[in-house]
Amino acid sequence: MAGEAEGRGRFEFVEGATGDLTFVARGARAEDLFFAAAEALLAATVEDPETVRDVERRSIRLEEPELDLLLLRFLNELVYLRDAEELLLRAREVRLVRGEALALEAELAGERLSRGRHAPAAEVKAATAHGLEARAVPGGWEARVTLDV
Amino acid sequence: MAAPSALRRIAPATYELPVGFQPGMRVPVRVFGTEKLVAEMDDQVFRQAANVAGLPGIVEASFCMPDAHWGYGFPIGGVAAVDVRSGVISPGGIGFDINCGMRLATTTLAWPEVRPHLRRLVDALAERVPAGVGGRGFVRITRDEFREMLREGARWAVARGYGNARDLARTEAGGCFPDADPEHVSERALARGLHQIGTLGSGNHYLEIQVLHPEGVHDAALARAFGLVRPEQVVVMFHCGSRGFGHQVATDYLHLFLRAMPGKFKLPIVDRELACAPFQSEEGRSYYAAMCCAANMSFANRQVILHRVREVFSDVLGRDAGELGIETVYDVAHNTAKVEQHRVGGALRTLLVHRKGATRAFPPGHPELPAEYRSIGQPVIIGGSMETGSYLLAGVASGAVSFFSTAHGSGRTMSRTRARKLVQGRELQDRLAAHGILVRAASLRGLAEEAGFAYKSVDEVAEATEAAGISRRVAHLVPVGNVKG
Repeated sequence: MAGEAEGRGRFEFVEGATGDLTFVARGARAEDLFFAAAEALLAATVEDPETVRDVERRSIRLEEPELDLLLLRFLNELVYLRDAEELLLRAREVRLVRGEALALEAELAGERLSRGRHAPAAEVKAATAHGLEARAVPGGWEARVTLDV
Repeated sequence: MAAPSALRRIAPATYELPVGFQPGMRVPVRVFGTEKLVAEMDDQVFRQAANVAGLPGIVEASFCMPDAHWGYGFPIGGVAAVDVRSGVISPGGIGFDINCGMRLATTTLAWPEVRPHLRRLVDALAERVPAGVGGRGFVRITRDEFREMLREGARWAVARGYGNARDLARTEAGGCFPDADPEHVSERALARGLHQIGTLGSGNHYLEIQVLHPEGVHDAALARAFGLVRPEQVVVMFHCGSRGFGHQVATDYLHLFLRAMPGKFKLPIVDRELACAPFQSEEGRSYYAAMCCAANMSFANRQVILHRVREVFSDVLGRDAGELGIETVYDVAHNTAKVEQHRVGGALRTLLVHRKGATRAFPPGHPELPAEYRSIGQPVIIGGSMETGSYLLAGVASGAVSFFSTAHGSGRTMSRTRARKLVQGRELQDRLAAHGILVRAASLRGLAEEAGFAYKSVDEVAEATEAAGISRRVAHLVPVGNVKG
């Protein structure tokens, strides 16, 4: 299972943790990792992520000391919004701001999960810190995340 | 996959990795299993169990059950007891799906009388016990009522008519961990769990209609004592937990502990997923109170699901639920930490026992067992894959070697991504139907990920627990209908 975030990063599910789902996200910029990771989470959650329309919007701002932990917080925010508000979301704008901590400002868009319109797949319960990586590599950025299902 | 060369057999179906196998170990690692099961364990199991062996306050050993496999920070199928005064509590040692567990219920029905109604039963169960992502339960409650449920557990559900006193007596801890305090639970956790009471979830969660065939009986006397009294008796088994609520509790405290470990607690972070806090610290006690809330949410969830099962059987078969004899055999937790008293080196000590993907298995005579089971031991439920069936077992006196803990399932052997490459969900559904197992899945992709070949043999796991002296087999239960999360 692999895919793209409309030209802003791409992802691929790889063999990893025995009971769970591991993906690798890649992109030209660090911001692209957030677009691609959100898309990977969506692809894990529904079998037909292309059916998820931009109906509702949410803005989030998160801070962590390091990029990998910020990516983790971001994914867990999406998991939280899915459970608490039944929202399936993808990233539409992402800005990283470097200060004392590393901040993420993101605009999210998507719609409420509808069992009639979307084909449910896995209920991701959390993004985990297991084997978590987000780093610069030759030619861009790469992250590895394991989703607990 | 290769067991370390330092692993030595010390007793039947029992192996040990000595202190020194890895730096920082305070106690040895003990692994229960047959030679084959241990040889097939992934090497991460041994590495993680050795990390656990370095937790402050750990007592006796870091244990792996026969179904042990890689987990977050701590193996699934891992058990670690720590001294309540000097030890730590670790969310990774409990599992993120706090009190994920199993419930088994009998019926007075025999398979020939259920067979003509199977399709309607499975369809109705799939509709009334929501599974998969986005499933909402039928119980509508306010946040205040939710908090009350977090304090009361399954007692809350029974007080609202979703069950009876016998269900509570036959639930671990009476369906309520008394140290629960919702003051230590975040608003985010409440928001995630509010609509999830009465839902199954996804992943490896399921609800099955099963049959006890005569050849499945391993111990006829114990089977009778647990209510398995009829030829071809139909039973219902389900596996689920505290849903997103429990996960949020674990996530909240994992982050809190990670921040406090280097500075406040001066504890090294060996693995972020094995974050911990001294049990007697403010943070440790706070997590314990919140973890007990999640355990109670899970007990309430399984109690409400049993209520739905009773409704469905009654509606489909057109008979009164009481007449169908749908009675809880037992409800056991898999992912908890509990304060218990155990003998260590001849002395009675108060310990916090972490069981992650492991089942408490109290022996005959234990005072915490309900009166009707006190002379025979605690029922233990080991869930297998949907193709191979499950086991009912009982706790034994020799289980003291593992702080009365045993296996919980068959244990995965391959990743979900790999399983999906080997079989399509529809193909698996058809193959199961050809073998007489009717499956309704919330997701066909998720179904493929749970194929039987992705798991160890449940027969070998159950047999290994008996060989190691940590539980004994009572009956093998075979699925005929499955609602898959």
